[in-house]
Amino acid sequence: MSDAQTLRPKSQSRFIVVISELMRRPRAAFGMAVIMVMVFGAVFAPLIMPHDPFEQSFDGLDLMGGPLPPGGDYLLGTDLLGRDLASRLILGTRTSLIIGLVANGIAVILGASVGIAAGFFGGWTAAILMRFTDLMMAFPALLLAIVLAAIFQPSLMIVALVIAMVNWVQMSRVIYTETRSLAEREFIQVQRAIGSSSLRILGKHLLPHLLSSIVVFGTLGISTTVLLEATLSFLGVGVQPPMPSWGNIIFENQTYFSTAPWLVFIPGLLIVLLALAFNLVGDALRDILDPTLKGRHG
Amino acid sequence: MSGYLVRRLIESALILLGITFVTFVLLYMVPADPARQIAGRSATAETVANIRDQLGLNDPLFVQYFRYLGNLLQGDMGRSYLQRAEVADLIAARLPASLLLMVSAIVTELILGLTIGVVAALRRNRPADHTLMIFSFVSISAPQFVIGILLLYVFSVQFGWLPIGGYGTFAHLILPSITLGFLGAGWYSRMMRSSMIDVLEQDFVRTARAKGLSRLHIITRHVMPNAILPVIAMIGIDIGLFMSGIVVVESVFGWPGIGQLAWQAIQRVDIPVIMGVTMVSATAIVLGNLIADLVAPLIDPRIKTK
Amino acid sequence: MKRNTFLAGVAGLALAAGGAFAQVNEDAPQGGEMVVTYQDDVATLDPAIGYDWQNWSMIKSLFDGLMGYEPGTTTLRNELAASHEISDDGMVHTFVLKDGIKFHNGREIIAEDVKYSLERVTDPTTRSPGAGFFGMIDGFDTWNAGEGDGLSGVEVIDDKTVQITLSRPDATFTHVMALNFASIVPREAVEASGEDFGREPVGSGAFRLAEWTPGQQVVFERFEDYHRAGVPKLDKVTFDIGLDPTVALLRLQNGDADVPGDGIPPAQFLQVMNNPEQADNVVEGGQLHTGYITLNTQMAPFDNVNVRKAMNMAINKDRIVQMINGRAVPANQPLPPSMPGYADDYEGYPFDPEAARAMLAEAGFPDGFTTELFVMNVDPNPRIAQAIQQDLSEIGVKVEIRSLAQSNVIAAGGEADQAPMIWSGGMAWIADFPDPSNFYGPILGCAGAVSGGWNWSWYCNKELDARAAEADAMADPALADEREEAWRSIYVDIMDDAPWVPVFNEQRFTLVSDRMAGDDSLFVDPVHIPVNYDYIYSVEAE
Repeated sequence: MSDAQTLRPKSQSRFIVVISELMRRPRAAFGMAVIMVMVFGAVFAPLIMPHDPFEQSFDGLDLMGGPLPPGGDYLLGTDLLGRDLASRLILGTRTSLIIGLVANGIAVILGASVGIAAGFFGGWTAAILMRFTDLMMAFPALLLAIVLAAIFQPSLMIVALVIAMVNWVQMSRVIYTETRSLAEREFIQVQRAIGSSSLRILGKHLLPHLLSSIVVFGTLGISTTVLLEATLSFLGVGVQPPMPSWGNIIFENQTYFSTAPWLVFIPGLLIVLLALAFNLVGDALRDILDPTLKGRHG
Repeated sequence: MSGYLVRRLIESALILLGITFVTFVLLYMVPADPARQIAGRSATAETVANIRDQLGLNDPLFVQYFRYLGNLLQGDMGRSYLQRAEVADLIAARLPASLLLMVSAIVTELILGLTIGVVAALRRNRPADHTLMIFSFVSISAPQFVIGILLLYVFSVQFGWLPIGGYGTFAHLILPSITLGFLGAGWYSRMMRSSMIDVLEQDFVRTARAKGLSRLHIITRHVMPNAILPVIAMIGIDIGLFMSGIVVVESVFGWPGIGQLAWQAIQRVDIPVIMGVTMVSATAIVLGNLIADLVAPLIDPRIKTK
Repeated sequence: MKRNTFLAGVAGLALAAGGAFAQVNEDAPQGGEMVVTYQDDVATLDPAIGYDWQNWSMIKSLFDGLMGYEPGTTTLRNELAASHEISDDGMVHTFVLKDGIKFHNGREIIAEDVKYSLERVTDPTTRSPGAGFFGMIDGFDTWNAGEGDGLSGVEVIDDKTVQITLSRPDATFTHVMALNFASIVPREAVEASGEDFGREPVGSGAFRLAEWTPGQQVVFERFEDYHRAGVPKLDKVTFDIGLDPTVALLRLQNGDADVPGDGIPPAQFLQVMNNPEQADNVVEGGQLHTGYITLNTQMAPFDNVNVRKAMNMAINKDRIVQMINGRAVPANQPLPPSMPGYADDYEGYPFDPEAARAMLAEAGFPDGFTTELFVMNVDPNPRIAQAIQQDLSEIGVKVEIRSLAQSNVIAAGGEADQAPMIWSGGMAWIADFPDPSNFYGPILGCAGAVSGGWNWSWYCNKELDARAAEADAMADPALADEREEAWRSIYVDIMDDAPWVPVFNEQRFTLVSDRMAGDDSLFVDPVHIPVNYDYIYSVEAE
């Protein structure tokens, strides 16, 4: 029996099993619900935003130029430019999710490729690749990200790339360790013995076994990515204005945190919620897919 | 063991060497011209060119790199372009503040994390456990700048109990330490919980119970010491998290450490300072990892030194 | 000048002070102390290097030059010089030093020290950001290029007399001799400290450095042998560093600080102004500052003067001023209102989006165009950029904002084809000295329109350059009025070409504790920016 024949139907049914298993766990179900709501908000942002998120309306500031508090025409109040905070937060959901998916997607692909290549081919390839990941591990991640953002003038895609460059390392270590132990297992050795091509072994036999880890760490990685984007934007080297991101909303308004705390704490709460949701789901996935995976360091 | 140690030391040195190179190349690519920052607005193009020349900025990348490396190996990190002071002095003046913050963050995260972990493990699957674990999930999902500003708002602005930032007294240290240690507290509580549960299920605990020893005695004398060790072994790895965290935490609280130094240097392309702080941080991270790796087998004999 | 504060580098010119008529009490009692707060660290106290918001006035109190200003005003006076004579052709300036003036190390200052100090600041190996100010001194070009063995225009006649020859008559020379960069330093101390002189400064100013804990505190104490009797007033000034303006304000309210060096933070501004008790302690001062948008005259479509004029009519400056809590006044020309040469009767471009759109259509852009606006990434500049962006979108101009670190914006501005528009906030031109000439050369003249220069509009009008040179050549003090008029017409004519959109002139607001006294002008001193430490006195002193 070859894995390939059973892969498709099996993975479909497995997918459903995993989802229903997730929904049975209250924490994971909460996380799923938060993610659903955020995705909905991001996709239908133009329809549900109460105001134009870029409109700096004249009556959006008080007479002395201060922001308006929540309530009234502006549900969550206005920012320091007189723009509707609620609308900016909704549009900011897009930024966070796009960065979360793109940056993390790149990090997953890069990290998994490096891990698999090193684990499967071993020898010099492994030595070089893994020494390089060691090097990246020793970099102060945030410093690296800030310097990179300064070199490549920041834009949405650059920010995503910078985050990916910093975040792929974790994934590559996990996958490397797993690939190495898989490569020594009998069924892979057999394939090698019968002369299957490397590509075929990788695609048909290794990858399906690595999928669980990739899904688990991919999900947890979204949380890290969301936090890193928020931090870069908070430092003013992230997503460019006037595009709202929860991090740059806080950056723009933080000087008012004592007099207009909602401008800082509402976006702050959203960042925590989204990161929390992915952490809860990722953690549950780890339990469901592979109970032996443990700990934060792979 | 000593062979392993030597190998790890050499590896660490090579990693640091690699980091000097990668950082140097990255900074070389920054579009801003440091000479122009130094020269000011009244300078002519000739003056700027002259400064570039003096700083050796016109030399090819490799010449510049090996010159830097040569000086670094002799313990010379160069001088700040803008402050003119020795980078080593600038870092030395600020390192104590950062170290103080980090040590107190470690204490904070251990106290918070271990307590939560122990309580959760002893109340396993009961409401207290669930609540605490949700708390630990929140703590690993909260960006440090949000926690920092929230603590400032509640304890300094609303209640006026603690200073709004600055440096000097114990009161100044409280909020930044909690902010920096909050993330770690989440991780440690989860690790401590599972470590406790592992130990609780081991034979010697059952034996002790069968002997009729009191529950408190068993937990404090037998379970906790065994459960804490593998958790403590992780502290070395925290250095990496802290080195990123201090940039944000120091900027939120106005803490005069190397995080602020780095941030100001990045804003103004003060390359020798950026290099210096990166090297100091990377060295700390590498040492932390090294210690963690060396300590692990001592604590858990199942881990072998390869 | 690259001093950073809440909006930009700021220089204050006390409007209330009205030139020479400040009511500074020179006989105020001595004694007491003062605590001043700053957010950013003090980079250096070397007068040849320091060019930041927080160290500018510190250096002024530690060092003296030949010339200085009446406290709280922009009126020049002799400082270390007992007398100053100008030859009829304006080319030779002769300074005679006062008797018995001493450095902090106790040594008497002689003419040789003047020569050494001027050569040090213009020596290329010093890498002083102020070297360029001395370009009018004879021999500067060769010496600053690293050739020759000194600044040939500076000649020591005897121990007390130094004679400075210029290569061109220049009315700004006496102001230049009052700059921090022209401070007199003792050679032996500089040579002993080397590059660390900025950490171990020795000058002849009213205060001497007592203690310095990097990143935390700087302490000044009275220099007993100061050349002006009865000055300074205070025994001690303590600078607490690393305090966010919000924290600084709270400290002041608690009585732990006397002056917030960075001013009143924007978020607390209304709170302070609405509290009568605190509003009493607020001091307001005008500025020698202009915030502007540069329009790159060498990049399409800003190479078209009508497009630039349309930009000038599209920006709602009142709204931007409202956004920063009214802490500025809308501007219509490069010079700030308190600068000599400001054109009171010039009306500037009106705010008229309709007309602006029509003008764009006429210029061939009926549907507008897309462009980029560079801005420094420190609050509130990205916010101001977004307000500008919104205004321009009203006339069909789509603006993408590039919010970058200061150094990257400066780098982009220094290239001919990088930055179509730059908002100057945070890097804005504030006067180094109170003379209209200071707003022209590097930022609007041809000399600055070079790669790596500061003329980010890349505006070069040869005719205006010639008129500027002519105006600066009027070195005879008797020609002062005529010279001011010449500059006034130059700036009005510049606006015809519209290389900038002048947006606002900042006002400065600061607080002073009840313990401190002195004329308001001292707390918003136009030269000792932000505060004149030497003449402020303590009400507790006898």
